[in-house]
Amino acid sequence: MSDEIKGGLKSPLRRRLLAGMAALPAISLLPRPSWADVPATSAVNTTGLAVTDTDVTVGILHSVTGTMAISETGSVEAEKLAIAQINAAGGVLGRQIKFIQEDGASDWPTFAEKAKKLLVNDKCAAVFGCWTSASRKAVLPVFEQYNGMLYYPTFYEGLEQSKNVIYTGQEATQQIIAGLDWVNKTKGAKTFYLLGSDYIWPRTSNKIARKHIEGHLQGCKVVGEEYFPLGHTQFNSVINKIKLTKPDVIYAIIVGGSNVAFYKQLKAAGIDLSKQTLLTISVTEDEIDGIGGENIAGAYACMKYFQSLDNPNNKAFVAAFKKMWGEKTVIGDVTQAAYLGPNLWKLTVEKAGSFDIDKIAAASPGVEFKGAPEGYVRIHENHHLWSKTRVGRARADGQYDVIYETADLVEPNPFPKGYQ
Amino acid sequence: MIINSRFFNRSELIGFLTLALLLFVILPLSLDVFRLNLVAKYLTYAFVAIGLVMCWGYGGILSLGQGVFFGLGGYCMAMYLKLEASSVANTKIQSTPGIPDFMDWNQLTQLPFFWKPFHSLPITLAAIILVPAFFSFVIGAAMFKRRVGGVYFAIITQAIAAILTILIVGQQGYTGGINGITDLRTLHGWDIRTDHAKFILYFVEVILLFACIVAAQFIRLTKLGRILVAMREQEDRVRFSGYSVANFKIFAFCAAAVFAAIGGALFTLEVGFMSPSFVGIVPSIEMVIYTAVGGRLSIFGAVYGTLLVNFAKTALSESFPQLWLFGLGALFIGVVLAFPNGLAGIWQDYIQPRIDRLMAARKNPTFKLPDNSVANGAPAE
Amino acid sequence: MFGDYSLSDLGAIFAMQGFAGLILFSVYVLMALGLAIIFGQMGVINMAHGEFMILGAYVTWMTSNVFQKYAPWLFPEYFFAAMILAFIASGALGMLVEWALIRHLYKRPLDTLLATWGLSLILQQAYRSIFGAREVGVELPAWMMGSWQATDSIQIPINGMFVMGLTVLITIAVAYVLFWSSWGKQVRAVVQNRVMAGAVGINTEKVDRYTFGLGCGIAGVAGSAFTMIGSTGPTAGQLYIVDTFLVVVFGGAASLLGTIASAFTISQTDSTLEFFMSGSMAKVITLLAIVAILMMRPQGLFALKVRK
Repeated sequence: MSDEIKGGLKSPLRRRLLAGMAALPAISLLPRPSWADVPATSAVNTTGLAVTDTDVTVGILHSVTGTMAISETGSVEAEKLAIAQINAAGGVLGRQIKFIQEDGASDWPTFAEKAKKLLVNDKCAAVFGCWTSASRKAVLPVFEQYNGMLYYPTFYEGLEQSKNVIYTGQEATQQIIAGLDWVNKTKGAKTFYLLGSDYIWPRTSNKIARKHIEGHLQGCKVVGEEYFPLGHTQFNSVINKIKLTKPDVIYAIIVGGSNVAFYKQLKAAGIDLSKQTLLTISVTEDEIDGIGGENIAGAYACMKYFQSLDNPNNKAFVAAFKKMWGEKTVIGDVTQAAYLGPNLWKLTVEKAGSFDIDKIAAASPGVEFKGAPEGYVRIHENHHLWSKTRVGRARADGQYDVIYETADLVEPNPFPKGYQ
Repeated sequence: MIINSRFFNRSELIGFLTLALLLFVILPLSLDVFRLNLVAKYLTYAFVAIGLVMCWGYGGILSLGQGVFFGLGGYCMAMYLKLEASSVANTKIQSTPGIPDFMDWNQLTQLPFFWKPFHSLPITLAAIILVPAFFSFVIGAAMFKRRVGGVYFAIITQAIAAILTILIVGQQGYTGGINGITDLRTLHGWDIRTDHAKFILYFVEVILLFACIVAAQFIRLTKLGRILVAMREQEDRVRFSGYSVANFKIFAFCAAAVFAAIGGALFTLEVGFMSPSFVGIVPSIEMVIYTAVGGRLSIFGAVYGTLLVNFAKTALSESFPQLWLFGLGALFIGVVLAFPNGLAGIWQDYIQPRIDRLMAARKNPTFKLPDNSVANGAPAE
Repeated sequence: MFGDYSLSDLGAIFAMQGFAGLILFSVYVLMALGLAIIFGQMGVINMAHGEFMILGAYVTWMTSNVFQKYAPWLFPEYFFAAMILAFIASGALGMLVEWALIRHLYKRPLDTLLATWGLSLILQQAYRSIFGAREVGVELPAWMMGSWQATDSIQIPINGMFVMGLTVLITIAVAYVLFWSSWGKQVRAVVQNRVMAGAVGINTEKVDRYTFGLGCGIAGVAGSAFTMIGSTGPTAGQLYIVDTFLVVVFGGAASLLGTIASAFTISQTDSTLEFFMSGSMAKVITLLAIVAILMMRPQGLFALKVRK
C-alpha cells in the first residue's frame, strides 16, 4: 500500500521505469549482450529498417478509439510493459526500443493504412498489433508486400499462416479440442448447445467444435447451434430454447457487449452455472470486469492463460503490470499473449543476430520464451505457438481458478485436417 | 477540355480549374505514393459526396444509407478481383480449388450462382452501375410514390444499411463475413498492389471524378436540376404544376446511388479489399458529414469537404488519437450550427466578396488568384 | 422440433417465451418513449439518444459504487436512488443540449440529426476518457437477480419483471403528464400549432426545453434499467439507436399509443422468430418486415394529423 502511495507521488515516467525495474529479476535471468559487444548497425540491419547504433523503432498498432478500444487497451498496455522491461534490461542487441503507436480506430482500412505507414514511412523493425480477424486480414497483404513482421496476440480462427506474422495467441483447435475432451471426460457431457456471435471466429470455432463432438467424442451430439448479430442484447428466447433442450454443456462464444447481456440474462432466468455446465472460449478476465463476477461465477473457460496462474513468471508479470497500469487492471488471455510479442521478437532478433525481417522469419521456429507468464512457449514452424491449454472456473471476484491443464504443449494446427 | 461559358459561370470555372490543378498537378507532384494513395482513398468518398449534393442539397432527400450503394459497388468489384485471385493455381491447397478461400472455409464446394457472372470484367463493370441503380430504384419507387420523405426516408435508409450489414456479416460463406473480401491482387492480370499501379489508379480515379462532376453540373443546369431545387423548396407547387415529383426524386436518388457505387468500386481497387464496415450506419453518416462540411449545395465543396475531413482525421488520429472523436463531433455541430452551407458557404459569403472587391479596386484584369486560396477555402459553385 | 417433449414442458416453455417477448416489449417501450416524446412532439431527431441512456447507466454504476462504499446497509435499495439520479442527470444534460444546440435548429429537422450525431461522438469519447474504454460491471442487489419460480418448470426473471413494472409506471406517468397535466396541454398546443400557442401566451421556448429534458430524462431511466440486462460501455448506446428509431417511426411519430403498439408488434415478432431460427436471421427478417410495411404505410401504425 505504501508503495502505491509513493509511486503515486512520482512522475508517470518514473513510475513506469520503476515498474520495469520491478520485473528485472525475471528478465535478468535471460541472456543479454553487455554494452561492450553491441554489434554494428550495418551488420544487424541490411534492409534499411529504423535501427541506429543506440535504438530500434517498432510499431504498436491497435484501436484506441472506436468499438474495439474496449478490447485492445489491455494489449497496448502489455506491449508497452514488455518494451519497458526489455529496455530496462539493456534492450535488444544493445539497442533501446522506441515505439511509434498508431490508432487503428476500429476501422480496417485505417489499420491497413497505418500498417503501411509504420512499414514504409517509419521502417519499423516489428509491429505489435491488431486484435480482430478483420483487422489482421486487412493488414496481412501490407505486411507481405512490404515485408514487415507482425506479432498478433488474439486467439483466432486459424486458417491462416504467413511468413510475416507470428501468432502469439492460440488458433482455434488448440483452444477448443482440449476443452471439449476435458468436459466430456470429467463431466460426462454428451449433449452440447453451441452459441456464438455472428462472425468468422465463433462460426469457425463452432464448426471445429461440432466436428470434434460428433466425430471424435463417443456418443456425443450437438443439440443446437445459434448465432447473434454483434452487439445483440436480448437472449431470453435462446435461453428458453436451452431450457427446452437441456444440454449437458452450453458452449458459448459470444463476444463484446453481448456477453454482458447474455450472462446477466442467463442468471436472471434461473440457470445456475454451478449446476449447468457452461464452457466458453471468449470470456477472459477483461470481459468479466464488464459482466460482473457474480453473474458468471461457476462458468468454465478454456484458454491458455489466466491471471491466477501460479508460477513465478506470472507473479512477476502480474505485479509489474499492476505497478505500471494500476492496481485495478485485470489481465486476460490476449493481454498476456500481447506481452509475449515484444519478448519473442527480442529473443528471435538475438537468435538471428539481426533485425532483418527475412532472418527473423527464418529464425522464429524453435524460439523459446521461458519467462512467459503462461509458463513456457515455443514458436512452431507454422509461426504459431506451442502452448498449454487450460480450463479455469470463474469466481465471483472476477478471477478464474485453474482446474485443469494439458500435460503437454498443444501443437498449433491452423489448417486442421478433418475439421474443415 | 471544352468548357463553354454557360456551362460554368466565372467562379465555377475558377473552382473547376483550381480543383483540376490541385488533383492533377499539385498533389501528385508533392506527395509520395503512400500519401497519394491515401488521397485516392479519400476521393472515393468524394463520389458519394457529389451524389449527396445532388440528392440532398438539390433534391432535399437525405439518405443515410449511401453506404449501401458504396458497398454494392465495392462488393461487385471485389467479387471480380477475388475470383481472379482465386484461380485454381493460387488455391490448390484448398479442398475445392478455384473458389475464394472463405467459401472453402465455409464448406462451399462450388461457386454460388450469383458469383458466376463476376468472372467477366464487362459484366462486372455493368453490375457496378446496374445493381445499385436497380436497388435504389426499387427503394426510391416504393418510398417516393407514397410520398415518404424527409426524416422518415432518412431513418428507413439507415435501417436498410443496418439490414445489409447484418446480412453480409451473417452469410459469410457467400460474402466473406465480417472480414470482407480481402487479399485482392490483380485486375484483368494487372497487379493493383504496386506503387506504379496505385499511381495510375489515382489518375483514373481523378478523371472519373471529374466526369462525375461534369455530369452532376450538367444535371444541375438542365431543367431537371431546376425542378429538383423547386421541389426542395415547394414540393406541392411543383406537383400542382403537373410534374411527377416522385419520378424526379427517384432519378436523383438513383444518380446519387450510381455515383456512390462508382466510388465504392474505386475504393476496392485503391484499398485492396472490401468489408461490411463500409456498408453500415456509421460510414453512411460520415459520408453525409463530408458533404455538409464542404457545403451541401456545392459540387466542388463536396470534394474539398471530403478531402479536408479525411486529412483532419488522419492527421489528428496520428497525433492525438484520443481527441479525434471530440474534433469530429465538434465539426459536425459547428458546421450545422454556424455554417449550414459549409466551406462553400464561407467562401461565397466571406472570401469571394473580398476578392471581388480587391480585384475591382486594383482594376487589374490580369490579376491572378493568390496561390494560398487553395488552402484557405473552397471555391464555390 | 417439439416431438420429444411432454405437453407440460411445452406449456412451460411457451409461457416463458411469452414473458421473454413481454420483457423485450418493455425494453423497446423504455427505449422508445423518450425518443417518441422528442421526435414525435418536437420533430427533433436525437441521434444521441443512446448516449443519454448510457449516461443513465453510468450514473447507476457510480451510485452503486457510492452506496457500496458509504452506505452498504442501504445497498439493496440503491437502485431506486440511482434511477432518480439518472433521470436528473440525463434530463439536465438534455436541457443543456437543448439550450446550446437544439433550439437553433427547430426549423431544420434534418440538421438536428447531424448535430446530435456529432454530440453522440463527443459524448462517447467523453465517457471513454472519464470511465475508461472497458465496460463497467454494475453490481445489482441480490434480490434483483435470480428468478421467480412460478411453477415447477416456469421461471420468470425478476429483473425482467422489474423492467416491466417500471415500463408500466413510466408509461402511465408520461401519459398523465402529456394528456392531463396543464403542462402537457401546453406541450401539445406547441406541437399542434407553435405560432398560435405562442400567441395565447405559452412560453414555447420553455416548453421545448422541458420537453426535451423530459425525453432525455426518460432515456436516462431506461439506461439505468438496462444495466440489469445489458452492458454499460462508451459505445453501448449506439447499439440501440436504429431499433429505437424504427419503433418510433413504425408506430407513427406523434402517437404515444402508436409507439407502444409498434413496440409490442416488433418485440413479439422478434422473439417468436428468434425462437424458431437463428438470432441473426430473426433480426434481419424483423427489420425487413418493418421496412416493407413502412414502405407501404409510411405514416406508421397510428398517424396523427398535424398542422406543420
